[in-house]
Amino acid sequence: MSLLDINVNEFGERRQSLAESLHIDLPLLVGLLALAMISLFILYSASGQDMTVIWRQTIRLVIAFTIMLVLAQIKSNTLKRWTPWLYAIGVILLIAVLVVGQVGKGAQRWLDLGLFQFQPSEVMKLAVPLMVAWYLSEYPLPPDRKRLLMTIMVIAIPFILIVKQPDLGTSLLVAGAGFFALFFAGLQWRLLGLMTAIFAASAPLAWYLMHDYQRQRVLTFLNPEQDPLGTGYHIIQSKIAIGSGGLYGKGWQNGTQSQLNFLPERSTDFIFAAYAEEFGFIGILVLLAIYLFILIRGLLIAMQAQDTFTRLLAGSLTMTFFIYVFVNMGMVTGLLPVVGLPLPLMSYGGTSVVTLMSGFGILMSIHTHRKLLPR
Amino acid sequence: MQSGIPLRDHFRETRMFNIRVIVTLAISLLLILLIIVRLVYLQIIDHELYTTLSEENRFFISAIPPTRGLIYDRNDVLLAQNLPTFNLELIPERIENIDNTIAALGEIIEITVADIKRFKEQMGQYNRFKSIPLRTRLSDEEVARIAVNRYRFPGVDIAARLIRHYPHGELTSHTIGYVGRINDKETQRINKSNYEGTNYIGKTGIEKYYEDILHGHVGVQQVETNAQGRSLRTFEQVPAESGINLHLSLDIEMQKIAQEAMGEESGSIVAIDPNTGNVLVFVSTPAFDPNLFVAGIDHATYKAYRDHPQNPLFNRTLRGQYPPGSTIKPFWGLAGLEFGVATNEIKTFCRGWFSLPGHKHRYRDWKKTGHGKMDLHDAIVQSCDVYFYDLALTLGIDRMAKFMAPFGFNSPTGIDITGELGGLMPTPRWKQKQRKQPWYLGETLIAGIGQGYVLTTPLQLASATATLSKSGQRMLPRVVTKLENTNTAEITELAPIFQTPVTLSDPEYWLKMIDAMKDVTHHWRGTAYRIGKKSKYKIAGKTGTAQVFSVKQNEEYDEDKIAKTLRDHALFIAFAPVEEPQIAISIIVEHGGHGGSTAAPIAKKIMDYYLLPKLEKEEATAVKQSAS
Repeated sequence: MSLLDINVNEFGERRQSLAESLHIDLPLLVGLLALAMISLFILYSASGQDMTVIWRQTIRLVIAFTIMLVLAQIKSNTLKRWTPWLYAIGVILLIAVLVVGQVGKGAQRWLDLGLFQFQPSEVMKLAVPLMVAWYLSEYPLPPDRKRLLMTIMVIAIPFILIVKQPDLGTSLLVAGAGFFALFFAGLQWRLLGLMTAIFAASAPLAWYLMHDYQRQRVLTFLNPEQDPLGTGYHIIQSKIAIGSGGLYGKGWQNGTQSQLNFLPERSTDFIFAAYAEEFGFIGILVLLAIYLFILIRGLLIAMQAQDTFTRLLAGSLTMTFFIYVFVNMGMVTGLLPVVGLPLPLMSYGGTSVVTLMSGFGILMSIHTHRKLLPR
Repeated sequence: MQSGIPLRDHFRETRMFNIRVIVTLAISLLLILLIIVRLVYLQIIDHELYTTLSEENRFFISAIPPTRGLIYDRNDVLLAQNLPTFNLELIPERIENIDNTIAALGEIIEITVADIKRFKEQMGQYNRFKSIPLRTRLSDEEVARIAVNRYRFPGVDIAARLIRHYPHGELTSHTIGYVGRINDKETQRINKSNYEGTNYIGKTGIEKYYEDILHGHVGVQQVETNAQGRSLRTFEQVPAESGINLHLSLDIEMQKIAQEAMGEESGSIVAIDPNTGNVLVFVSTPAFDPNLFVAGIDHATYKAYRDHPQNPLFNRTLRGQYPPGSTIKPFWGLAGLEFGVATNEIKTFCRGWFSLPGHKHRYRDWKKTGHGKMDLHDAIVQSCDVYFYDLALTLGIDRMAKFMAPFGFNSPTGIDITGELGGLMPTPRWKQKQRKQPWYLGETLIAGIGQGYVLTTPLQLASATATLSKSGQRMLPRVVTKLENTNTAEITELAPIFQTPVTLSDPEYWLKMIDAMKDVTHHWRGTAYRIGKKSKYKIAGKTGTAQVFSVKQNEEYDEDKIAKTLRDHALFIAFAPVEEPQIAISIIVEHGGHGGSTAAPIAKKIMDYYLLPKLEKEEATAVKQSAS
């Protein structure tokens, strides 16, 4: 156990620190705050020194951190009791979205609740791993065939509903979150291989089911130069921004690609490119180190968790966060197709930051509500 | 949590979980490594490539066209200037569909088919990154309309440019000429990089002759643009060097007086300062508005100019080849003196006609009754044709042509205005070569009165008159006297250029001829007595009448009966003051009738304007001196 968690006085007595009494995991908080600070810095530059953008992002971050702190106070057992209800409500809301949802940017994702608009698919990013962890933790691991099928059902229902909106990115993330819980629960390697094979084999079917814009994205990913002014423009300009940043970068507020509007979506999905242009390879290594630190801390929390539910949940939430990071960086650097995922805590706006921070709140709760064993 | 069957193996579960976490972490690390490798590839290995691409995104090189040199008259009156104008310009590279863009722009402002055609032509010959004008001379309203809609048209911009303007219009059209759009032929000839961003080039006159120095040197700038193609900042790398300002010897006021004196007549007036060769007046009428040609003349106006019976586009002073008529007589007289065949003692009897021995053909004198006994002096004063038939016969055509060459009668004068033509002093050799015909003696006779094959331009006549006035001292006629380099604030006065003088065996011959020419205007028998009678200064002149159409042997020339276009040309050459010549003039009024009555008064007006103020000044100083 880390010394950061527990203070031991000279008599060997444990004394509760402020962080401990607030159920805060300090390493995680430090990492997340560092990201938030960097985010504000690069946003100031990428938005063209727009202070309104900075204030809005600050308010959003404050709300997200507050939600995180609130969730950190809730014991995992309480959370566990809520899980089936949360999942059920989530599925009902998803169905509601398909029936009465708001259409925005060609997809039905929003639910107008009068006071504010709400994206039920975001809830599922938490509800699905919670549900999978809840379901699997009731029985010995690894799950048998019956439980496995049930788990797949639990994942598939929201997945299909979100695909129908259509929102392939989020649906894959939701499925991914569920899958990681299943994987940590001990899914047989054999079955894993089989699922991968099925997944690969279903690619032509997926192509057939895809919307035109989704197919275009895949085509663009395979050959961005094919249409440099159209769909390939994003990725070409992004690569130019990153590449021209070089080892040390062009300096804060000196990135010509982002400052002169060549880089599209430079404060949202492509903020990584704007950062890479201005701070260079060195800056990127610092950023990657912070993300890696958060990843390792999250996995450590999972390993130190005391029961199956929290263990699976912590592992799954941490990996969801990492998927965000990897997919965004992969897409911005041209390794993956453009799928429209933000870079956690860096990109401007999005409901996703609230969901992600809720996840970290749960992680903190898991870690700080452990039954402490005598030394 | 505790369910009876089957039992949980907590230790095994924890171990399995931990292994899976470590496997996941390992895979995650690999993925991060993949990102790092990708970044190394982008940011370090291919860094230069992407830097270049980013600079290309950001910058484009554009030319700063130099400001064309201005043109002033001798009193620093502006004759050619550059006025600001707004152009609608397109950068093809930044426009997705040019035809659609032009069509959409056409809904906002008027764009003619000719505009589009010209734009396409220019787009073809330059590369796509350059700003190409679609419309020039936008009105304020058009500028506003485009400005409001500009967001709809990336790659479309309004450019403030300078356009050439000639404030005195018709007065300078034949001297200064005009600039126009660079055409294909000129594109071959010019240094393309120096004309980057320039759409105009000197087409005629001084504008063409001095094109090299008027144009200046192009500058280069780097323009930083954003993704929408709007210029944000410019970094000047090489500043443009303005063209040289030209100061002319021309006096625009005098030019105006001369042009107005011509009235509706077509013809030419040249006045030269014999001491320097400076051209004071250079008129060819009718003239045209050079400003119409700058922006590109429309077809109807051009057609009207082209088909006008008086042909205003024709530069008579520079290119008009006329028979000099009697104005050539003083030069033949000089030849007679030089070759010893004409003195004031040798007299010829004029009975009104002349015929070659053994021929019946009568070469008529303008005075049917004849002049009686004539010596050289009287023959000049009264312009006796018979005397000069006889003189020509005695001299022979070869000697005549040989004598005239040093005056520059056979070649262009070399004035600094583009497009000059020379005249013609015929010889039997020339005729054999050009016409494949032998020379006839009768042709020598009519050459004696400046008819037949003898052709001179008004400029040649003025230049020769100036030479005569200075007893053979020949100056190169020129209009530009001063170059002003605005970049260095350096003013270069151009020294007058002396040409090989005409030398006679006895300088007295010049004075004899000048004396005879003086009596043309001051003796009551003189053909231009009407202008000399009351003149405050002494003028030496010679009238001339050039036949346009030959009157048959048994016909009479009756001015009133024949069409205006077939009437004789009226000519006059003169210089003044006789004692100290300051101005030499040649005038031709096409179909003007007699030189003495039509052309001479115009000369007098110009001379008065030029000389009277000077004389008054001299008088005033003389009075002052005598008083003190």
